[in-house]
Amino acid sequence: MTISLDKQSVADVTTQGVAAIELRGINKSFGPVHANKDIDLVVGKGSIHGIVGENGAGKSTLMSILYGFYSADTGDIIVDGKKTEIPDSKAAIESGIGMVHQHFMLVDPFTVVENVMLGAEGGAMLSEGIARVRKELGRLANEYDMKVDLDAVVGDLPVGLQQRVEILKALYRGADILILDEPTGVLTPAEADHLFRILRVLRDEGKTILLITHKLREIMDVTDMVSVMRRGEMVASRKTAETSMAELAELMVGRSVLLEVNKQPAAPKAPLLSVRDLNVKDERGVMRVKNVSLDVKAGEILGIAGVSGNGQSELLKALSGIMQAETGTMDLVGHTIDLSKKHTAADFREYGMSHVPEDRHRMGLVNSFAEYENSILGYHRDEAYSKGMLLDVAKVRAEALERMDKYDIRPNNPDLQVAKFSGGNQQKIVLAREIERDPDVLLIGQPTRGVDIGAIEYIHKRIIEMRDAGKAVLLVSVELDEIRSLADRILVMFDGNIVGERTPDASEQELGLLMAGVTDEAAQ
Amino acid sequence: MTKGQLPNWVEYGVLPAINLIAAFLVSGAVVLLIGENPLEAVKWLVWGALGYGEGVGFTLFYATNFIFTGLAVAVAFHAGLFNIGGEGQAYVGGLGVALACLAMDQYVPWYVTMPFAILGGAAFGAGWALIPGYLQAKRGSHIVITTIMFNFIASSLMVYLLANVLRPQGSMQPSTRGFEEGGQLPLLRHMFPGFDLGQSPVNLALFISLVACVLVWLLIWRTKLGYEIRTFGQNPSAAVYAGISPVRITVITMLISGALAGMMGINEVMGAQARLLLDFTAGYGFVGIAVALMGRGHPIGIILASVLFGMLYQGGAELAFEIPTITRDMIVVIQALVILFAGALEYMFRPAVVAFFNQFAGEKAVA
Repeated sequence: MTISLDKQSVADVTTQGVAAIELRGINKSFGPVHANKDIDLVVGKGSIHGIVGENGAGKSTLMSILYGFYSADTGDIIVDGKKTEIPDSKAAIESGIGMVHQHFMLVDPFTVVENVMLGAEGGAMLSEGIARVRKELGRLANEYDMKVDLDAVVGDLPVGLQQRVEILKALYRGADILILDEPTGVLTPAEADHLFRILRVLRDEGKTILLITHKLREIMDVTDMVSVMRRGEMVASRKTAETSMAELAELMVGRSVLLEVNKQPAAPKAPLLSVRDLNVKDERGVMRVKNVSLDVKAGEILGIAGVSGNGQSELLKALSGIMQAETGTMDLVGHTIDLSKKHTAADFREYGMSHVPEDRHRMGLVNSFAEYENSILGYHRDEAYSKGMLLDVAKVRAEALERMDKYDIRPNNPDLQVAKFSGGNQQKIVLAREIERDPDVLLIGQPTRGVDIGAIEYIHKRIIEMRDAGKAVLLVSVELDEIRSLADRILVMFDGNIVGERTPDASEQELGLLMAGVTDEAAQ
Repeated sequence: MTKGQLPNWVEYGVLPAINLIAAFLVSGAVVLLIGENPLEAVKWLVWGALGYGEGVGFTLFYATNFIFTGLAVAVAFHAGLFNIGGEGQAYVGGLGVALACLAMDQYVPWYVTMPFAILGGAAFGAGWALIPGYLQAKRGSHIVITTIMFNFIASSLMVYLLANVLRPQGSMQPSTRGFEEGGQLPLLRHMFPGFDLGQSPVNLALFISLVACVLVWLLIWRTKLGYEIRTFGQNPSAAVYAGISPVRITVITMLISGALAGMMGINEVMGAQARLLLDFTAGYGFVGIAVALMGRGHPIGIILASVLFGMLYQGGAELAFEIPTITRDMIVVIQALVILFAGALEYMFRPAVVAFFNQFAGEKAVA
């Protein structure tokens, strides 16, 4: 830990009056993962307090503790000067805490009034409750400039208005402290501006607002105080007026030592993978990848850096044939592919692409299958594994065992269920499968997520070897260290766009700013 | 050891046994309530099912039906599909069998008719499962709902066909004409006169069902298609990642499932009745769900579960005959209890068993 909690600013807040929320020594672990370590936080009454941090820094866990979704292992929550237990969200509401979730908790076919009333109907008959909600919502809408058609069906409203309904819901329940989790993720810039106007009005009326985000510009725009989380710890609190995006970016990313990776300079040749004008919408119809064009050359590792959720997942899925794009073409080892058409992952594998998916549990492996069965996932149609009409199980098993020895996968038992291997060994199983096919183009997402340090080194070495063998490697990772130590070129993705290209010797601060959406022109 | 994982012998042996014992204990309590001796009831039930040749024959005959419908449900299970339509698919499959027999029985011997009858049953059963399968794959209409609805449609369709189209002129019975010898499978009591099988209708279809078991095992665990079916059933996103088309797998799996259910008609229509009768499926399609659950989707388990349900059917009839206060309805109650414990309450004892075994397995866990 480099910077401890700034005691001065805490004192400032507390001298101004009672803190709306005070957290003391909050700890929360999920199995071996220590998601929140000794968190102290003071949020002044009537202020907008931002909490920034990369994905996985523990922001959402902390807010879930505050809202009663999880209970802390140790630590105290003090609301309005009173020590408070928050075992569930009902208790949170009773203590005046309201939450606006990243994914709205609304019933789409219900009207605005019905949604606001939900859970606070009062009595067996609805008419009385409806009248009360109407009256109260009219007042709130006037007071905070939050106009919304009370009889509109929520599913028909634009996202920005749906969010407003969520805020109204919290206010209707008497929330004095509002938690907003990544509120602008789904909003257009204009909607986001309007949201911030509302938040300022709410603050001026005496409400306290906790804003969770990874977008530094928003923090600078709207907050009074900002706290930074990194790897489960609260590393600093600052007055917004006294800090800068550069400082926050550095605090967010940290200044850890680069992992030692032995690698020669790259010798890139012609591109093996060229993508042009890629646009991808997710299942909910939100555009997640915007006009992305990139080239990956033979013999280089192209790293895609970015805070997770900025379109990297959709980029990988579109390039690997899992997700259909809106527009875009791809040149893959001499094959021109229209990505707006429907493809399967099997097509691209035939052209020489391998793919280590971001989430090995959801995609890369079938947990209930034996290791040897997983060792052919995606390549099971290969004639080499056939014996007449049947699968040549003996051969598959023998090959799996060979790979387990080569990649030092332990225990080296191909009949063992994949779920019973450790995370590092599971990742090696996926990696062995994809690398041993000797692909021309290798897509890798989060190669070392949830992997122990020993396996990380090994995996990095293999990836470098692929590059040195003249393959084109596209590496997506939210670990900036990993990108910097492996990649030969770095593209930074923010909000679906490629916002900049850097070499690996670019400073962390510079990359951190880009990752937070501060582009070259804007960063002074 | 991962949480919730059990060694195979517990998963496939101990757990079903515990479920079964629980079902029989509750059944025993019910028998006690009506003032009869449960041990006496068990004795008659087991004797009726296995105590004499004809009983054994009937038990095996019923078991044959359950093997077909159980396999049908199990194959769909492996793809994560809950095919409740075995009843309707078997019913329509029976029509396919009957049409083959009606067309050929007067001209060729049974062994020429048989492959066509099998094909007919499989094709009609598959056809009946195709529409729900297609709707699930393409439109997302839930397969449970559509297959249940298709059971009703099958039932009405068959009533219409039997009453208006297939019924011979002048007959008062809603059934086809009886098949000649060329449309009848040989009965085992004729094939193996050395065994005392009484007047039981158990026939060659028993062996066809056992062949189907082997083929299903090969399909699921030894072919690429089976690999894709299981991958899709266990982890649909991994299937898409592997380039497996969910639409294709859903449709193909439902076709195979429907074909297996349809083949039940071989046993009933071509084997036992030698005609197509109204409601010949008599709920066997539904029992297939319990059989597949109890057999854990594995052909060996399905054979064992089928024999058990065959015993309940045959022994139950004997029991109702011997102890008149235990009526036919009581037998249905006992069967329902077994289905309830083996199928619907499958997970009731599981957490306790898992906790029990994790105590021992915890230390041996793989790092």
